[in-house]
Amino acid sequence: MPPMFAYIVRRLLYAIPVLIGVNLITFALFFIVNTPDDMARMQLGVKRVTAEAISQWKSERGYDKPLFINAEAAGAGVLTETIFFEKSARMFIGDFGQAEDGRDIAREMRTRMGPSLAIALPTFLLGLFVAVTCALTLAFFRGTALDVWGVVLCVAAMSISMMFYIIGGQYLVGKMWRLVPISGFGDGLDAWRFLVLPVVIGVIGGIGASTRWYRTIFLEEVARDYVRTARAKGLPETLIFFRHILKNALIPILTGVVVVIPTLFMGSLLTESFFGIPGLGSYTIDAINAQDFAVVRSMVFVGSALYIVGLILTDISYTLVDPRIRFQ
Amino acid sequence: MMDFQIVVLWSDVLVWLLLAAGIGLAALIAGNPPLLAAWRRIGANRVGMAAATVLLVFVAIGFLDSLHYRAALPGEPGAQKQYAVTVLSLLDALAGPLRTENEKTYSAPFATRLYAKETLEVPGLGTVREFPRLQHGGKHLGDDETVAADAGLTALRYAILAGLIWLALAVGVALAEDRRRRTEDSQLPAAKPPQIDSPLSSVLRPLNRLWRGETAFAWNAVLLTLLALLLVALPLFGLSGQYHVFGTDKIGQDVFYQTLKSVRVALIIGLVTTLVTLPLAVLLGIAAGFFRGWVDDLIQYLYTVLNSIPGVLLIAAAVLMIQVLIDTHQEWFATAAERADLRLLALCFILGITGWTSLCRLLRGETLKLRELEYIQAATAFGASSWRIIRRHILPNLMHLIIISLVMDFSGLVLAEAVLSYIGIGVDPTMTSFGTMINNARMELGREPVVWWSLTAAFAAMFTLVLAANLFADAVRDGFDPRTL
Repeated sequence: MPPMFAYIVRRLLYAIPVLIGVNLITFALFFIVNTPDDMARMQLGVKRVTAEAISQWKSERGYDKPLFINAEAAGAGVLTETIFFEKSARMFIGDFGQAEDGRDIAREMRTRMGPSLAIALPTFLLGLFVAVTCALTLAFFRGTALDVWGVVLCVAAMSISMMFYIIGGQYLVGKMWRLVPISGFGDGLDAWRFLVLPVVIGVIGGIGASTRWYRTIFLEEVARDYVRTARAKGLPETLIFFRHILKNALIPILTGVVVVIPTLFMGSLLTESFFGIPGLGSYTIDAINAQDFAVVRSMVFVGSALYIVGLILTDISYTLVDPRIRFQ
Repeated sequence: MMDFQIVVLWSDVLVWLLLAAGIGLAALIAGNPPLLAAWRRIGANRVGMAAATVLLVFVAIGFLDSLHYRAALPGEPGAQKQYAVTVLSLLDALAGPLRTENEKTYSAPFATRLYAKETLEVPGLGTVREFPRLQHGGKHLGDDETVAADAGLTALRYAILAGLIWLALAVGVALAEDRRRRTEDSQLPAAKPPQIDSPLSSVLRPLNRLWRGETAFAWNAVLLTLLALLLVALPLFGLSGQYHVFGTDKIGQDVFYQTLKSVRVALIIGLVTTLVTLPLAVLLGIAAGFFRGWVDDLIQYLYTVLNSIPGVLLIAAAVLMIQVLIDTHQEWFATAAERADLRLLALCFILGITGWTSLCRLLRGETLKLRELEYIQAATAFGASSWRIIRRHILPNLMHLIIISLVMDFSGLVLAEAVLSYIGIGVDPTMTSFGTMINNARMELGREPVVWWSLTAAFAAMFTLVLAANLFADAVRDGFDPRTL
């Protein structure tokens, strides 16, 4: 078996206990800290709830079973006819059950993944490109007034709340200039009009922090021996930057961002909710506001699974770019 | 003399505990030469000290707002004393009319009239649709007086006062610094005979030294920042008694007052959270790196699991659960403030639980490196216990990382509060914070004419606080870790 393949299998096997841990934590949060009775009271309104209404609410959703062991059931039912098996363990096979409005959560997630990606992927790629370009410029002109003011601008941009960018952008571009619709989402080719503003704002909102971070990475590379050697050879500074430093600095930058790529599916909570995009981010916010515990639980599970995929991809990307790291 | 009953909220306890911890940390630093040298470097950093001055003002507002009491209700003498259900703070008492003088609905900053038209009875004209005069904002003005002239005059008066106060401060600092320098000089072996100055130059010379930055501490930056702060704060304070300087919100509350009240929440979120992250990160990080083996595996597993849950979702899940707990146990709380306070603390706790992993990983890696160093191997060879090695050799060498990461986390937490409150999983909706202010105000941009003042005030205050925190964090990082310069 090739070492790469064995390595990936081993990493995947390590992911299983982590997912089980996530599952147990969410189960404890949602079913043990508060009993299903508490949830029923919350959903039905705290005051004047009859015991019948509570038990009906619970039986409709399957919350009337024991938590871990069902002594009354026969055979394998001792373990399977429990809240833990039906609500938590079944998530591993992609069965998330139903939301409060009776829709299937798994299907809802599949349809909402597209709009989320349509915003998150361009924001990610464009943001990475712009930030690397800005950081390279600042590093090239290091020590000059441009660099100093660039860093000051980055710190200022970092200190502004993302919500300010969104609200300000919607007001200026959408309301004052009427260039694009303020919010909403369209199908097919028409969608770009709705996508431009959230993507641009997402890029602007993230630019400060990432530019500053990448700038330090570039500056670390500038101080290395191979750069001095290149200078001593008489290579022009632009060539050193674009051929040597950029290539080497991209390694830590790219391996650092790999971990977020799978979580792009989850979408952005703020952007989607402000712009009315029917993606997974706004799905989560709606679920939180409606206190739909089934949806929140499912999103926690999916988010964790995607993050773990990101971790594995990061490990793999390290071994790909740097052959010195063995597949241990 | 007004009767009152002191109310100690849990968050107050933690705020004062933090102050004590801060003083303890300062004592620790004073006795530790390398840390003291690092703080001296930070003290010489102009931008860092200017930022620290701004932060101190915010902290002072937060502390004033952390002394709570309930006023006694007027009642029969001799009867059982009753206390009001609203919990007030020292800041509320100082703000006085700002809290109580509410209008009916929106009004713009410095407005004398309401935002919306109302049907009024005017003697002689019958009923007319007009913008009614505000009940409190600018009520001292006659009909022919303009706001600009009156407010400008008041602002000028307070600005002059601010200038005078600042001048007194500057001279005081200059003289104190000069005296310190002289006593230090006179202790040197080749002490010069003291110069005899004329009274005027004995003040001007130290002032000039201060201005040119010839002091070890960046006094010129601090004083300049103080001047700017005084020039803004004092006129605002003076005008806020007569006008709604930042306008009023939908239910007529003064936005300036709300902005002041939000500061405490932001500080608590940014600071109290560290009380949760710090013990977790330090204990587990050092344990993982020092003991390795199964301890390391277990701790790594723990933080991978916590890290892999999307932060916002874990916070959402936990806050929803706590809200259920609060709603089903209403009898625990005497006042609404105590209920909101518990939720605030729960939020800090959860933010801490989700936030300790990165520092833990950092400390683990650093401990792994440290424990291989010769002097620690020597300590082991001498038979020093693990606990002693950790306490005497490893922890001091991790202090700079801990301090840097605490300062860096603060601004992120302040920004996170606003986002979480917007999503509905932040502080209690009845609690005034930057997040709830923004959340209540964001739909108002759709109105015609635009209601911009609530949003602007919240964003501007938050920006000032976070920018100051970020700049201070940079100064701290540079001071402790000159390598990154």
